[in-house]
Amino acid sequence: MRDKLVVIGNGMAGMRTVEELLKIAPDKYDITVFGAEPYGNYNRIMLSPVLTGEKTIEEIMINNLDWYKDNNITLHAGDDKKAVNIDRRNQKVIAADGTEAQYDRLLLATGSNPFIIPLPGHDLDGVISFRDIADVETMLKASKEKKHAIVIGGGLLGLEAANGLMKQGMDVTVVHNLEVLMNRQLDEPSAKLLEQSLVERGLKFKMNANTSELTADENGHVKSIVFSDGEKLPAELVVMAVGIRPNIELAQKVGLHCERGIVVNDTLQTFDPKIYAIGECIQHREELFGLVAPIWDQAKVAANHLAAYGIGIYRTQATSTKLKVTGIDLFSAGDFSGDDDTDEVIFQDPKRGIYKKVVLKEDKIIGSVMYGDTMDGSWYFQLMKDGTNVADFRDSLLFGQAHMGDSGHAGVNAAADLPDSAEICGCNGVCKGDIVKAITEENLYTLDEVRASTKASASCGSCTGLVEQVIASTLGGDYNPSESQKTICACTSYGHDQVRDAIKPNNLKSFHAVSHFLEFSNADGCHVCRPAINYYLLAAWPGEYEDDLASRFTNERMHANIQKDNTYTVVPRMFGGVTTAKDLRVIADAADKYEVPMVKVTGGQRIDLVGVKKENLIPMWKDLNDAGMVSGHAYGKALRTVKTCIGSQYCRFGTQDSTGAGIRIEEMTWGSWTPAKFKIAVSGCPRNCAEATIKDIGIVAVDSGWEIYVAGNGGIKVRVSDFLVKVATEDEVLEYTGAFMQMYREQGHHNERTAPWIERVGLQYIKDQIVENAEKRKAYYEGFLFSQKFSQKDPWKERASEGVAQNDFIPLAEV
Amino acid sequence: MSQTIEIGKLTDIPKLGSRVVKTKQGDIAVFRTMDDEVFALHDSCPHKQGALSQGIVHGKSVTCPLHNWVIGLDDGEAKGHDKGCTKTFEARLEGGMVYLFLEDVIAA
Repeated sequence: MRDKLVVIGNGMAGMRTVEELLKIAPDKYDITVFGAEPYGNYNRIMLSPVLTGEKTIEEIMINNLDWYKDNNITLHAGDDKKAVNIDRRNQKVIAADGTEAQYDRLLLATGSNPFIIPLPGHDLDGVISFRDIADVETMLKASKEKKHAIVIGGGLLGLEAANGLMKQGMDVTVVHNLEVLMNRQLDEPSAKLLEQSLVERGLKFKMNANTSELTADENGHVKSIVFSDGEKLPAELVVMAVGIRPNIELAQKVGLHCERGIVVNDTLQTFDPKIYAIGECIQHREELFGLVAPIWDQAKVAANHLAAYGIGIYRTQATSTKLKVTGIDLFSAGDFSGDDDTDEVIFQDPKRGIYKKVVLKEDKIIGSVMYGDTMDGSWYFQLMKDGTNVADFRDSLLFGQAHMGDSGHAGVNAAADLPDSAEICGCNGVCKGDIVKAITEENLYTLDEVRASTKASASCGSCTGLVEQVIASTLGGDYNPSESQKTICACTSYGHDQVRDAIKPNNLKSFHAVSHFLEFSNADGCHVCRPAINYYLLAAWPGEYEDDLASRFTNERMHANIQKDNTYTVVPRMFGGVTTAKDLRVIADAADKYEVPMVKVTGGQRIDLVGVKKENLIPMWKDLNDAGMVSGHAYGKALRTVKTCIGSQYCRFGTQDSTGAGIRIEEMTWGSWTPAKFKIAVSGCPRNCAEATIKDIGIVAVDSGWEIYVAGNGGIKVRVSDFLVKVATEDEVLEYTGAFMQMYREQGHHNERTAPWIERVGLQYIKDQIVENAEKRKAYYEGFLFSQKFSQKDPWKERASEGVAQNDFIPLAEV
Repeated sequence: MSQTIEIGKLTDIPKLGSRVVKTKQGDIAVFRTMDDEVFALHDSCPHKQGALSQGIVHGKSVTCPLHNWVIGLDDGEAKGHDKGCTKTFEARLEGGMVYLFLEDVIAA
């Protein structure tokens, strides 16, 4: 016997909750839905493009009637099916025509009503709001028969309505009661630029206006609008877009506690524990809602509780706004007006119609407004949500992310202007057109959904920003770059830090202990969370946690890099990039003996034996081990190489023995597992021949000692490393290196290189603990050395001579 | 001619892991889940022939090591938005031993 769930409201919020619920508990409920509109569930935020003729009603349907059938959902839709009463004692919902539905749990998703200013004449024919399909149909009809339209309200919705009506050929005037358009999203300079662009397109404005009445013609249809200053304008269609009010009529009627909205707690429960509420009708911690992103988050939490998981907690995340008027770029997020405690960083170029403002408080972004160039909107928004300290790049903040120099997509950073044929994702060959098509046809909203559907940015991730821009420019206003906290993967609603922080206090010592404790949706996790959590456990319990090979990506399980034809590549370690004729002979002999098709020199100063068959790995390692060689970990999220230049031993410019130092560093650090691959280089003088300043740690010798740089990157996104400290001796170099590595090992997210890590936590935060605080530095360094006691075992030797994990390399049977 | 062949003990296959059986029709990957169920698939991802035996096993799925396609162990079908199918073989567990049911083992 299934429980009964009744949903009042067949809109985006209610159905998103049902979708989330079907994902996690498909068989828990028999579901009945009441909706006052005679349609399936459509995407209300796309009504603007329908009005402009860029989309059709069919194109904006999220769940058509078949979806309800396919999921055994009973839908009562239409005017006479509007829910008019709830019998809370007997747990029944009653519709206008007397239809009844019994519930065990009830979800209210009644949305909101447009606010109508009670002017004389507000109830005349031809005075409407801009809220649903019926309104859009009225507007389209009016645009064919009438000429003069008035839109009251210069906010987001009003401007979209005005733009649509103008596109349909009407003469439109926007009436706004203030001097600043979109005053909730824009400051004065950006609003003026917007007004100017809209005037150029043909819209008219009456600002600071006070409307006194609407007058009628002989048929009771609106004819004109009269202002308090006596001006009168022809008005054959009046659209009121001055805000929305939560629709709490039914909730109030049946005695649920309401203030401005239906009051809910952090689990979206109303004062009646059987009744949940979500979306524009609710009030959560004094806040009301009108954008889609927070409502998606609410849907996740409500579904989590309806499914009886009971672990979701709803918290409002910051939101951002864009205007869905084709060709107008504006972006706004957070607190953009600032106060006495904030700084404003402003870029203005009126001739090009560009204005950017970022508001900072204690070197963190708290808001931003951009007009004309919104390319970096989602970047600022992310920095704001992450609370990133921007002190280190304040000087170039307004020039955007472009100076970060992505590789692999021709340095292009502005997706909106690209043609559909432009390749966005260079790894998987996904064009802009493919992504746009997937978003519109499959109703995708998030980066994860787009990734799953198109594979764009699913490989190396360097085009993630571009893909997000395509999503933003396709979805317009309500795209929220990261709709909720970044979770590790779909198995859990927790992020990396939350999972990590749960491990030690709760004494979790295996993947299944973690997935059980945090109630993962899949007990075994997936290929994303398993390796991540295996690493976190390894870092949390050095010497105690036994590495789980089943959670290792094949490269790390087989201790060799898998290639496209399922052969492997073997890379012996060469400490500091130094080898000998004897070692080279052994490598050459192995290449002959095991018929290695390609012998290659790597970028990290060692030799690649490419294309080794799986069954030859163990005997080949045995030969290399016998000559004293060990694994180079070229396959691991681990210390890779320590690249060096010749240094003072031979070089006429060398100031210090960089080769010797590099060997010492590699001897100390080899075998360590890190959140992502870790590269070190040592240069013997400021000519920096080892290119140390694009490594995770780069050491540059000067006459008086060593300069240490951190968090450089030469790959996906080139990043020049930051200067950390200058020291006098090699021993200090080792100490700082070990300390920095250990801090990163303990705090970096799995698969996050040091470059994005430092941009997330800030250089100063690292300096505070590694440079300013000798005690902390020593503790990290000792922690690193302790962990190394257990990890400096050559995995090749373990497998070739000590019988570890032999089964990975040999078939179970031959038949 | 078809037959059932004993290929080894369940405990020879690691939990959430896989072992390869070499046959004249190509390699077959035999998987063991957390609940000690066994499944057998052609050791070749329908996408670009990655060795599924090298993938991470979770639930009744394996993730191909080459490009992260997720393949169902019970039906060989690619999950999510990916389209493709890998040949499945019947694997059975009896008394701690794993048996494969193969057709035309003695292929010409």
